[in-house]
Amino acid sequence: MRKEVPLIITFLAGAFFIADYFIPHKDFSDIAQRINGWTIIVIAFAYVLGVANVARVNLDYIQRKGKDTPYKIVLLICLLFMMTVGIIWGIGEGTIFDWLFINVYTSMQAMMFALLAFYIASAAFRAFRIRSVQASLLAITAVLVMIGRVPIGEAIWKDFSNFSEWIMNVPQLAGKRAILIGAALGAISTGLKVLVGLERTHLGQD
Amino acid sequence: MRKFLEIINTLDRRWIFVFIGLAVSLPLFFPIGIKFSVSHPVQGFYHTIEKIPDGSKILMSCDFDPGSMPELYPMTITALEQMFRKDLKVIITCLWPAGPPLVERALAHVGAEYNKQKGIDYVHLGFKEGKEVVMVSMGASIPNTFPTDYHGTPVSEIPIMQGVTNYREVAMLVNISAGYPGTKEWVQQVQSRYQIDIVSGCTAVSAPEYYPYYQTGQLKGLLGGMKGAAEYEKLVGIMGLGTRGMDAQSVSHLMVFAFILIGNLAYFILKFMKRKESV
Amino acid sequence: MSYQTLGIWIGALFTLCILSFLYKDNPFYKFAEHVFVGISAGYGVALQYHNVFLPNLWRPLMAGNLLMIIPLIMGGLLFTRFFANISWLSRWSIGMLIGIYSGIAIIGFGSGDLVSQIHGNLLPLWGTDLFTALNNWILTVGLIACLVYFFFSKEHKGSFGVVARMGIYFLMISFGASFGYTVMSRMSLLIGRFYYLYGDWLNILPQ
Repeated sequence: MRKEVPLIITFLAGAFFIADYFIPHKDFSDIAQRINGWTIIVIAFAYVLGVANVARVNLDYIQRKGKDTPYKIVLLICLLFMMTVGIIWGIGEGTIFDWLFINVYTSMQAMMFALLAFYIASAAFRAFRIRSVQASLLAITAVLVMIGRVPIGEAIWKDFSNFSEWIMNVPQLAGKRAILIGAALGAISTGLKVLVGLERTHLGQD
Repeated sequence: MRKFLEIINTLDRRWIFVFIGLAVSLPLFFPIGIKFSVSHPVQGFYHTIEKIPDGSKILMSCDFDPGSMPELYPMTITALEQMFRKDLKVIITCLWPAGPPLVERALAHVGAEYNKQKGIDYVHLGFKEGKEVVMVSMGASIPNTFPTDYHGTPVSEIPIMQGVTNYREVAMLVNISAGYPGTKEWVQQVQSRYQIDIVSGCTAVSAPEYYPYYQTGQLKGLLGGMKGAAEYEKLVGIMGLGTRGMDAQSVSHLMVFAFILIGNLAYFILKFMKRKESV
Repeated sequence: MSYQTLGIWIGALFTLCILSFLYKDNPFYKFAEHVFVGISAGYGVALQYHNVFLPNLWRPLMAGNLLMIIPLIMGGLLFTRFFANISWLSRWSIGMLIGIYSGIAIIGFGSGDLVSQIHGNLLPLWGTDLFTALNNWILTVGLIACLVYFFFSKEHKGSFGVVARMGIYFLMISFGASFGYTVMSRMSLLIGRFYYLYGDWLNILPQ
């Protein structure tokens, strides 16, 4: 019963929400809305579970006295500090929580993503090799869109922007639409497999 | 020549980083001011909001975090400027955890400029975990999904939320999206079910995959990346980070194009030379 | 020095710590990275507490809505994963979440993507101006060619193979456009960070 009950719950939950799309009665929608509300709460618990897992993994590492132990201690201190100041003193503007978010979190996350600019340039120089017809088509389109979508493109040729817009609206769109349709078919079939119990990886091993 | 090509072919990537750093930095100090035109998807974004009767209620979902701020924060500011000018009442939600403090800052900045009052002209409902579940839940009842605003005030006590039950009571949805959950999910779960007009401001990474939605009319307008933000700023008539960053964007793109060209030239010429020597 | 100035200096220093990774991995980067992970995890918990737990669960429960015990129990069951002998109970909550998301996804992908996108590609191939008709032909032929390429149950040979190869070319155009936009996105992020360093921190940018 350890796997059968969850599979039945999965099927009933999924089938209920598929039915909700087709059944217009308010009573049914009210029940669906209530279950949606519960789901929001359960997912919030799942987030906290993830953080608890992070704490557990790092505590284990500290107990094993790995070489990065000082950094893991810093991690746990920051986690506990941020959590405590946020829960106790609030999260609005003007709080320590907000100050740390804006000056520490925002700065670092923005810079981490900004590093990708350097790596994409490095990849373009070292790894982007035009060895086939397909690769040259990819490269030519990339260059046309890259230059056409910035002001310098219009300075070079006044219709460059319109031309790159045509690429986006016609040939590019055909490929993206095919990917969307293919992905939709894949998502629907995977969803159905999950609901009927053919796909059970989310339940883990016994 | 061969030695030079070998140096180019095996160039330490940190030199590439230096060139990129310079390509982005120098135009910030020495702006060029190249003019640019406004594309149709951006015009669609602007005119869809412009057509809404003054005083109407608009739902705005700010689904981004600091990682995509340079592209999306200017869009958020400009959209708020346009909506506040038209005296539209803005109801803001966030589906990304790191979004709310950024929204607070945007509201404080633009709201003060137009003397807009919290609770009357705008409300920030904050964040809810759940992604598509939140979207579907709002379709049944926004107050049940967001019982309080970001600051803990019950929505029943907020004037702007009076009479707002679900999507049918808002004129349209403005979505500023960094990825998942975002525009795609709003289109799938909300536009197809409730037929509400949606416009999207998204990162440039996501923009190509939203063009099919724009073509079908599922999206009425689309801003893609910092260029989209700059074009939108031009239409609204403000000078923001989007516009200021365009010169650096142009130069850095030319630099990447040069890298692709030089990298390939060096590789193929060297390969040709080696083949000639072996023959 | 005001809190705001102190904040900008701390933000700038952490930014430079992350930037130092470009040279090579170093203790400053490692320190900044671990501070970031800790802060972001703690941020999430506090946010969930104020934005979900209190308004959506605790206050309704305290106001007498006893049905809220159900999500409280379902959420609590997730934590049984930490105890090996009762970890199977967490599957009930996971099963519920997965089932709901699967159901919502089926509807979303079906109506929002599959039906709408096919409908959107049913375009007039004649009867309009030449440019629009040509574009519609390219869209129609392109979509069919790409979908033929994705059909792997039949070998891509003969005329089927020719159409599939045309599909690859359309896909390469899509990927090239995506690459171009990706470059634009990444550069924008760097522009934003440099604007912060030169403008907000050092205040050396021209007005």
